[in-house]
Parts: sequence; C-alpha cells; structure tokens
Amino acid sequence: MLILQCPCCGVDADETELSPGGEAHLKRYGPGSSEDDFEGYLFMRENPKGVHFERWRHAHGCGKWFHAARCTVTLEVFGTYPAQSYAPPQDILDRIAARRPGWRWREFA
Amino acid sequence: MSEARSALQGRSFDGIARIEDMGLCGMITLRGDLDDGTLQKAVTSVAGVDFPGRRKASLAEGRGLLWMSPDEIMVLLPHADAPGAARTLAAALSGTHHLVAEVSDARAVLRVSGPAAREVLAKLTPADVSPAAFGPGEICRTRLAQAAAAFWMSGEDSLDVVCFRSVAQYVFDLLATAAAPGGEVGHF
Repeated sequence: MLILQCPCCGVDADETELSPGGEAHLKRYGPGSSEDDFEGYLFMRENPKGVHFERWRHAHGCGKWFHAARCTVTLEVFGTYPAQSYAPPQDILDRIAARRPGWRWREFA
Repeated sequence: MSEARSALQGRSFDGIARIEDMGLCGMITLRGDLDDGTLQKAVTSVAGVDFPGRRKASLAEGRGLLWMSPDEIMVLLPHADAPGAARTLAAALSGTHHLVAEVSDARAVLRVSGPAAREVLAKLTPADVSPAAFGPGEICRTRLAQAAAAFWMSGEDSLDVVCFRSVAQYVFDLLATAAAPGGEVGHF
C-alpha cells in the first residue's frame, strides 16, 4: 500500500484516494519538432526497477496534481513535491542519493 | 420553479449509530485566490463565520465555510438564502478573478451520530478518523467505499457527511450497513 503526502493539502493520502498520472517531467515536443523528439515525447517511457518519478492526482481529496519520487521495488517514498516544478527539489535528490547510491533516472542522478 | 427535494427525502436508519438525511442545505462553491483579503472579507460576510485555514471547517448554527482545496471554499447556509447569497458574493467579487456557483442541489448531506459514529466512518474510508487525527473544526475530503465524500464533526458524537446527489442512496446504504446492529468494533 502506497501512502503519499499531498503537497497541496498536506493529507497523507492512501493510494486508493489518488489517481496515477504516469511519468513525471516529460518535455513536450509539439508541431515543428523532429519526428524522433515527438515519438519520444509521445511513446517512450521509463520503466525502472527502482527510483521513479511520477505524477499523481489527489482525486478523492483536494483534486490537485503533484509529483512523487518513489521506489518501484520497495514502494519507499522519497518525497512529494508540487506539480509546478521542472525537476525534483534538491532535498529529495539528496535523500535518494543517500538511500540508492549510484541511481540514475533520465537526466537526473 | 419546481419544488426542491433532498435526494433521500428525510430517510433515517438506527443502528450502532443514527444515520439521517439532513434535508435541503444551501451550498455555494467559491473558487479563487484564498489568500486575497477581498475574497476573504466577501465570503465571511456572506457566511457569518471566520475564514477557515487549510483543511478546516468554520461552522455556526446552519452556516459554515469549508476549506475544500487550495483554491476552493464551500459556503454552507440555509437553502432559501443560497441564490441571494451567491449573487451578493459575485457582486462583491466583481473585478477579481473568481468563480461563484450555487450548488445547493448538487449534493446530499447526511448526519452520522452516536458514540460509534467515528467507527462507522472508519469502516468505509481510508482516512484516519481517530480522535487524535481528526477532530472538531476539521474537514476531511476522502472517499466512502467507491464514492467521493467529505465529512466534518458537527458535534461531540456526530459527523456530517456530504456526497454527490447521484450517489446519495449508495452512501446512505453504505453507512446503514456499517452501522448495522451488532457491528461494533470498539476501536476508538
């Protein structure tokens, strides 16, 4: 069972109160982009065994989107942070580095 | 104008807790910047209670303000007062970015009362409803089994539950099942 703290309302929300929103920090490539970039944006997703960054929505609560960093193997949650961010905050990156030395996820490490 | 009726039309159930329909209740949804002083003043003057903080409910007799999300407040008031209050609120907020909608008939309000009221809700929601985690003056938006709902304490041993009108019968049946005689857990 996954329990994530919603950074918008501060509730420790049970997984069943949340809606998953897929991978976080996707960069959108729209009209005018190369086909490879567009394909990557549209189809290519990480499927890591370990550290992962995801979007979640507090659907049965305040209704807001947020980001979460967690481990897909142990369900350990490294932290949640606002949806309005392009990269995970440094304190969460530090926590992951302490718990999973040598981790890597897309451009973050 | 058609005659307004509550979804459950006064239904009630007595078990380890009493479940009752609270009838028609006026509700206004207000969205906007909750830190804005103009908005706070406008909504508190309509509701007649203090502005609630994060996850709080300010309640007085038949009136209240519920914190629904970082940009949403729900005004509770008598059903007949709602349309006029929504107009007053919209007029007071003209010029600021906001949304006011009178949603009195969108929801059903139920009251769960009795010493086992917390226990009845604890059977249905993943939220922590222990006295240490949830008390008077707070609002909890969560789910009851499969339906979205919110509840707050309306008295020492009573909780008011709101859910969408379309699931009112479902939520009433859930609460009645959870409150069936012999269903005591005695955890709280």
